[in-house]
Amino acid sequence: MEINIERNILEANDRLAVDLADLFRTKSILCLNLMSSPGAGKTSLLERTLADLGGEFKMAVVEGDLQTDNDARRVAATGAQAVQINTEGGCHLDAGMVQKALAHIDLDGLDILFIENVGNLVCPAEFSLGEDHKVTLLSVTEGDDKPEKYPLMFSISSVALLNKVDLLPYVDFDLDKAARHAKALNKDIIVMPVSCRDGEGLGQWYDWLRKERKNKK
Amino acid sequence: MHEMSVAQSILEIIRQELGKHGLSRLDTVVVKAGRLAGIVPDALLFAWEVLTKDDEFDGSKLVIEEIPLVLRCGSCGEEFTSETNMLFPCPRCGEELGHAILSGREMYIEKVEAE
Ligand SMILES: Nc1nc2c(ncn2[C@@H]2O[C@H](COP(=O)(O)OP(=O)(O)OP(=O)(O)O)[C@@H](O)[C@H]2O)c(=O)[nH]1
Ligand SMILES: [Mg+2]
Ligand SMILES: [Zn+2]
Repeated sequence: MEINIERNILEANDRLAVDLADLFRTKSILCLNLMSSPGAGKTSLLERTLADLGGEFKMAVVEGDLQTDNDARRVAATGAQAVQINTEGGCHLDAGMVQKALAHIDLDGLDILFIENVGNLVCPAEFSLGEDHKVTLLSVTEGDDKPEKYPLMFSISSVALLNKVDLLPYVDFDLDKAARHAKALNKDIIVMPVSCRDGEGLGQWYDWLRKERKNKK
Repeated sequence: MHEMSVAQSILEIIRQELGKHGLSRLDTVVVKAGRLAGIVPDALLFAWEVLTKDDEFDGSKLVIEEIPLVLRCGSCGEEFTSETNMLFPCPRCGEELGHAILSGREMYIEKVEAE
């Protein structure tokens, strides 16, 4: 016999993500889900941000990494709390993994929780983690057609950081073109060219964090 | 990529549904996947085969139907279907930015055939 089901395949993850969002609301924590291809600069952005805003906000990081705890160690070196989720080859974080990781973080008084997702522009887009915003990084060494190739990721992100602009003189990357494509399915996305190496453009990122932090209170 | 966890989630939902209806033999599952949902059909079919091998659903058939990407123009409101994932100029006014996604992101189990 035929049975109509009409159930969202990722409903179990979505339910957990709603629980996480409730928790972040109750505790008044701004939660940001950082996504990018491997090596676009997520950990570098965190190192900078944690160091530069460490006096202003209490911040913690959940690190998704395929095998190693290198990123968690880099982040912890700034003095912030960091918890490693080893996905053992998995291509994305899911809400259940984040929930488990949170048991190891002191959430009281926390202002901002960053989640560094696994380097991958497809899979993490499908799994909500209860975050307030998704933030996608794209480095100028990857090509300006990335937003065109991965429209879903950019359509659900609040911010697109175009990282490594210090390398612009050496690569063929059109900032305007990348920004235009990022906006194709998301006209509100905020595009910020930055360099985590020399700090260029990070002021705008920090101002955005301050504004969102305030909105969450 | 994430097709293995998608296949696992499908299995869980189907176990619940068959239990609810007192059925045990699964013939066919029909899954709807939006163009933008990032499902690679071959990878999902493969994951399904691996997961169901030698268990209660061995030999069941997974059917994946694509839902097209339907957009509403960010400028003139025209609704249109995009065949590509590339820049989406509106066929009526040429606008490239700010289109809303009306469908094409879904990923759900539509129905099953079971005894
Ligand atoms: N030139 C330049 N290099 C950068 C910049 N930001 C990061 N890098 C370098 O890019 C490489 C990867 O940076 P990570 O911060 O580890 O990138 P990631 O996104 O965390 O990488 P995964 O976690 O492996 O996906 C490192 O060698 C960084 O030093 C930048 O703005 N300019
Ligand atoms: Mg990293
Ligand atoms: Zn139009």
